[in-house]
Amino acid sequence: MDENNKKTRRKFLDRGLKLGVAGVLGGIGLSKLSAKFAPDDKAPTGETMELMTTDGTIVEIDTSEVMEVEHHHHYSMDYNVREGIPNRKFVMVVDLAKCKNALKCQQSCNKNHYITGDNAWLKVYKMQESADTAPYWLPTMCQHCDKPACVTVCPVDATFKREDGLVLIDNERCIGCRFCMAACPYSTRVFNWGDPGQEVTLNMDMTGVEPTPEYAGRPSLKGTVDKCDFCPHMVKEGELPHCVTACPNGVFYFGDKYEDTVTNGEETLRLSKLLEDKAGYRLLESLGTEPSVYYLPPVDRLVDFEEGMSEFKEFESVEKPSEE
Amino acid sequence: MKKFDDIVSDLAPREFGKTGLAWIGFLVVLVILGIVAYADQVIQGQKVTNMRDYALWGIYISNFVFFVATSFVGSATVAILRLTNNSWRTPLVRIAEIITLACIVMAGITITIDMARPDRVMNLFIHARLQSPITWDIIIIPTFIVISLLMLYFPLLPDFALMKKHFETSKPRLSRWYGRLSLKWTGSSAQKALHSRSIMVLSVLILIAGVMLQTIDAWLFSTTYRTGWDSSAFAPYFISGAFVAGIGALVTVIYIVRRTRKLEEYITEGHFDKMGKLLTLACIIYLYFNINEYVIPFFTAKKGEDAHLESLLTGHYAGLFWFVTLAGLVLPIFLLLFKKGRKPLPMFFIGIVVVIGSWWKRYIIITPTLLEPFMPIQGVPESWRTYFPSAHEWIITIATLAMALLIITLLVRFLPAVPVQRTADEMETKAEASLKKIAS
Repeated sequence: MDENNKKTRRKFLDRGLKLGVAGVLGGIGLSKLSAKFAPDDKAPTGETMELMTTDGTIVEIDTSEVMEVEHHHHYSMDYNVREGIPNRKFVMVVDLAKCKNALKCQQSCNKNHYITGDNAWLKVYKMQESADTAPYWLPTMCQHCDKPACVTVCPVDATFKREDGLVLIDNERCIGCRFCMAACPYSTRVFNWGDPGQEVTLNMDMTGVEPTPEYAGRPSLKGTVDKCDFCPHMVKEGELPHCVTACPNGVFYFGDKYEDTVTNGEETLRLSKLLEDKAGYRLLESLGTEPSVYYLPPVDRLVDFEEGMSEFKEFESVEKPSEE
Repeated sequence: MKKFDDIVSDLAPREFGKTGLAWIGFLVVLVILGIVAYADQVIQGQKVTNMRDYALWGIYISNFVFFVATSFVGSATVAILRLTNNSWRTPLVRIAEIITLACIVMAGITITIDMARPDRVMNLFIHARLQSPITWDIIIIPTFIVISLLMLYFPLLPDFALMKKHFETSKPRLSRWYGRLSLKWTGSSAQKALHSRSIMVLSVLILIAGVMLQTIDAWLFSTTYRTGWDSSAFAPYFISGAFVAGIGALVTVIYIVRRTRKLEEYITEGHFDKMGKLLTLACIIYLYFNINEYVIPFFTAKKGEDAHLESLLTGHYAGLFWFVTLAGLVLPIFLLLFKKGRKPLPMFFIGIVVVIGSWWKRYIIITPTLLEPFMPIQGVPESWRTYFPSAHEWIITIATLAMALLIITLLVRFLPAVPVQRTADEMETKAEASLKKIAS
């Protein structure tokens, strides 16, 4: 468990191979450039190392040529919150074969988004399509559709679609008409019927943190809609969304469609190959909403469905602090 | 033949009697209660309603749809009868126009009551997005309010001039108001020509705007994927339903006005007979669309549709469903086929049942669909799986209905509820015609 947590804390994507290569190539470029203008003060060490370039060729260079490039992944100032992180397209893959309803995802999501209502943003449904077919656990969150029905019907552009694939809500603008909730076929949106009563609201007043649609739930506002935001506040720091890191079974994979990679923190996989090999699909595909969340069918399951029943609560998704 | 002055004094507005005042007082109390409940809703948030994440719309929306539907009476009866030159419309049009105005104003208020952030209502204009059906509503409702206001006001001009004269000695202050409102109407032929042309233009406009209003209202629902709403026939379904609701309301109000103002001479049994036939036609058309809306999904029996229909036909909503279908639609058709059924008193009761049925019909269209989403309802309190309005919702909704009745009552009080000038003119032409007959 501890081991798992350590692993999942590994930086997301960029600390992997790709960053290393980028750093090396940058280093080569810089050192070559500097060699032209200034006498090289670094003597070749004679030690060489093998590196792979972006086009896949293995090159051998002197270790003195290698230098680390400091990598910045703080987009916060660089992009428009309504337009999104440039050149990214975030996707999620949920492997139903691994899910045993541990609900760590939901608990982590509830905690990190300060959810105080009665309806969690991330739900794990007990599903059974028909009497003859096997039951399975189905975690759902906002599907971040490419053709989002909610965005189409919003009269004030409070919920919007970004270029990086995210569907977010500006709860400072939402008028509380709930048309988006009627339009969403995945029943993923929740409403603040009363005052959310979050502690975070109080803290924010003191710390002066600006509310942003990028950290939905901080704070939630009375009379506005909330939902899963795909955790852009984590992603822009190079971290994985809370549900991904919290899952002990590696059910959730998060990644970038343009890079064609997704990771659950333990393994990083080719998105296209994963979907092809495991027959990935999307929920209610026939509606044409083009979700950004893919599902891998619950085949060859390692655990019994019944094991998840101990955690299953039909009428609760947000644990309330016990009143004692 | 009645003398002109008698007609004027018969039809001129009258002060309330004791019952009238009690009625006004009753309505005012209901409205005040509603305002208090609404203030509480604004302070506490909509948690005071029984709406939750699944039943995310409730009777505020179904009441809104009811008001919108009832407001169609101004387009349906008035404009169509005007454009087709049906002269029996004369004593009915003013009341139809009053109902239309009251209902569309209340529709606008009701939809704002459903908004959880009324403080941000200006966002609808500042950040308006044309692709949202709500924005279409924001455009059409004020447009319709303006047109129906003009539709009420224009035909009133000659009557205002008459009322000015009528009350000149008895109530000089009221008379001055009528004078101002009559916009210097003298009844010259130039004014008359302009007048009738303007009314013609308005009739066409209100017919178009009315159809657009009902259509947009239907599209609020059918532009979603939801089972029971996702229907390409929703707009004509709503338009035909609006005919029923509107004429039902008209019959009811006309009956009460006729009785309290003793207008039997002007609003005759013949008028009720004609309205009865019109209501039958409306109900038959609506029944047709109902069959279309329920029988086809029943036949194909897609999974979601099947569950939806089951809850309506035999399940949780069966009682309401059969009430609105049988009592609100089938029974009126049956009763109105008989001449006795089209007498004023039976018509009054039929009208009331039709209006009540129309109100619950909107509830049946909205609530069951919301409680049958594509994903199963799990992980929320058990009470979220059902919906029945809370005390706040009832009090506020009853207040909106009371307010509509209050507007209607006050307009009937201060305006000639039956067009005076036109009635007199028609009586004159009729008398002339009969004179000619005798002479020949």
